[in-house]
Amino acid sequence: MTFLTEPLNALILLANFVLMPALSYGSQLALGALGVTLIFGILRFANFAHGEIMAFGTMVTILVTWGLQSFGVSLGPLPTALLAMPVGIVATALFCIVTDRVVYRYYRDSKSPPVVLVIASVGVMFIINGIVRFIIGPDDQRFADGERFIVRARDFKELTGMSEGLTIKVSQGLTICVAVMLVIALFWFLQKTRTGKAMRAFSDNEDLALLSGINPDRVVLVTWIIAASLATIAGTLYGLDKSFKPFTYFQLLLPIFAAAIVGGIGQPIGAIVGGYVVAFSEVMLTYAYKKFLVYLLPESWQPETLVQLLSTDYKFAVSFLILVVVLLIRPTGIFRGKVL
Amino acid sequence: MAVLLAFVGFSQSWSVALAILNLCLISAIMALGVNIQWGYAGLFNVGIMGFAALGGAAAVIVSKAPVTEAWRAGGGYLLVALLVSVGTVAAVVFLHRRLPRGPATVLAITMTIVAGYFAARFFYEPGVSAIEAVNPAKTGYLGGLGLPIILSWAVGGVFAAGAAWIVGRVALGLRSDYFAIATLGISEIIIALMKHEDWLTRGVKNVTGLPRPVPYEVDLQSSEWFISMIESLNGGALSTLSGDARADALHKLVIDGSSIFVKLCYAGLFLAVLALILGLSMRALHSPWGRMMRAIRDNEIAASAMGKNVTARHRQVFIIGSAVVGIAGAMLTTLDGQFTPGTYHPLRFTFLIWVMVIVGGSGNNLGSVLGAFVIWFFWIEAEPLGLWLIDTGTAWMDEDSALRNHLLESAQHMRLLTMGVILLLVMRFSPGGILPETVRHTESDAKPPD
Repeated sequence: MTFLTEPLNALILLANFVLMPALSYGSQLALGALGVTLIFGILRFANFAHGEIMAFGTMVTILVTWGLQSFGVSLGPLPTALLAMPVGIVATALFCIVTDRVVYRYYRDSKSPPVVLVIASVGVMFIINGIVRFIIGPDDQRFADGERFIVRARDFKELTGMSEGLTIKVSQGLTICVAVMLVIALFWFLQKTRTGKAMRAFSDNEDLALLSGINPDRVVLVTWIIAASLATIAGTLYGLDKSFKPFTYFQLLLPIFAAAIVGGIGQPIGAIVGGYVVAFSEVMLTYAYKKFLVYLLPESWQPETLVQLLSTDYKFAVSFLILVVVLLIRPTGIFRGKVL
Repeated sequence: MAVLLAFVGFSQSWSVALAILNLCLISAIMALGVNIQWGYAGLFNVGIMGFAALGGAAAVIVSKAPVTEAWRAGGGYLLVALLVSVGTVAAVVFLHRRLPRGPATVLAITMTIVAGYFAARFFYEPGVSAIEAVNPAKTGYLGGLGLPIILSWAVGGVFAAGAAWIVGRVALGLRSDYFAIATLGISEIIIALMKHEDWLTRGVKNVTGLPRPVPYEVDLQSSEWFISMIESLNGGALSTLSGDARADALHKLVIDGSSIFVKLCYAGLFLAVLALILGLSMRALHSPWGRMMRAIRDNEIAASAMGKNVTARHRQVFIIGSAVVGIAGAMLTTLDGQFTPGTYHPLRFTFLIWVMVIVGGSGNNLGSVLGAFVIWFFWIEAEPLGLWLIDTGTAWMDEDSALRNHLLESAQHMRLLTMGVILLLVMRFSPGGILPETVRHTESDAKPPD
């Protein structure tokens, strides 16, 4: 009997500490990277303020959540933040549209080189950073409520009699479901609707799209709305899963960029694949495999060290290493980037 | 600018004014380094924080006394691990050059890397734990070389240049935004290394009490010549007092004077370095080399058609600029007297320097220096200014109103907002900055052909 349960235990362990965290983190990265890639495809610059946009949207969501909680509104087992998210999305989209009008539009109209837009986005990053810290402060904020687990370790153990219990957090399940729905909706939008097709045409060849009568202002507007919504949702899900801290959102920029480039920047499908590639590499390289091997190997072979390939302190190094390898071997990314 | 500093001197204190001045000088050197990369060659490097931190690490490694016990305990292991790593890299390079391209080569290279990694880890881990076990509260690291700290300024430059060489090999030649992202990543990794490799610089446990290139206040306060100097400088004020009152007043003056004297010494040293680097940068910009760099910046294709090796020149200018940033990083750590990897924050060490360069005028060295002074001044003074504004603006509210208290507490974050607004305003309405780039043309250039 043990020869069957031991590998099963090992698999459950892996599902708890590698599969589920990486799937949810990957979904969050994918949503972020989709925003970066859309902006890059349509507006043609790497938006350094994207992490801050995520922080801004999450902040609004948190404030509304607190307001709802104080009125006693809740969603039962689901976090109240879901109810507050639409407000966050609207606020963030409005904010992005205003920044576009005030800042980016001028450089777009004067056909500035992309790097000028990148520097402008650094300025916007500073401003949002200041606003977020000004309103909610630089500290950790927790706003998750409702049920915490879909599957509890203890229930699972009682049910199956395994020594390792499977746990699935609500935030993880929620992240994955929301990400899948959003991705399906986004692809349907880009492939089937008139505006979506216009966006793809604009990204593919701007001049040709303009000649065919596509309204560039409308395309830009829709792009910002989509990017802002994705950023708010990704940020809120990340905050529910871990916690909200402005500086962490700034640091998310690196894995998000890595995901977008690995998949092929400007390619939505690439952003999704890239998000999971980055997340799985990060989690798998920094997981300590000791307990996993203890289940699988005979006693005399058991490892003495943690069997951790890379210390968790170097999470950033992983996304960067992937970035470097991809840039060296296949600079266009997995899905030949640059067009939407 | 001098007027502004003098104003702070009179209204707050001279010590504060000199502290701001010293950081202005260091920021100016960093801004010069960035200007060399961006203004001369158009490289968008957002990894400045990493190069500054390398300079800071150099200050520790050069100046701290070596911990012989730690060397004995784990130095050998680490050296072997280092040799194994170098050997692995050499083997990979050799394989990459000699073997034909194909899946077999990729497999061979991957296996070499994996084998090398585990072999290095095998020696590295016992070494590190042995070193970190040596008196962990005080040392727990290898220590430095015990040399004068001023040498570290040059060493910091060399460290940063070395790192820039590696980064340049990987990231140069990419599109500008990819290059930016790659440098951002490198700087985060350098900081992660500094924070977590305790055997090198004690990580987040910080290295404090670095030796100084200038005298200590305590020594000054007890030395004859300094007291007599202060006495003669303040002769007028002291002559009205006598006895104990005079001694007390003199004692207070000596304490104030010693702190100002130390800051002045630093300012002198920094000014000398700034003058040297500024002079060299100006000469370089107006030399044939500088013209070539500008030609590459403005039209890469034409420059390469004229036979200039664009990638090699980019690498060169990237290394030089990073070295300058490294020097400034070492100077900063020297001024602080401690190395605290936890305080390196990209907004402060990377993007703020960028604001300085853009606001001052990219491509103009004097502009970068001026930009550094102005921006650093506002970065420091925005907080009291914002506090004052909010205080007077909300004076009509209740003394303990929650909103008012929240606003007062958050005043320090105003400066991020201010910097962003300044950057965007300058970019939009005066893209050349305060002192725009001046390009000297010869007579024939100036007259367009009819």
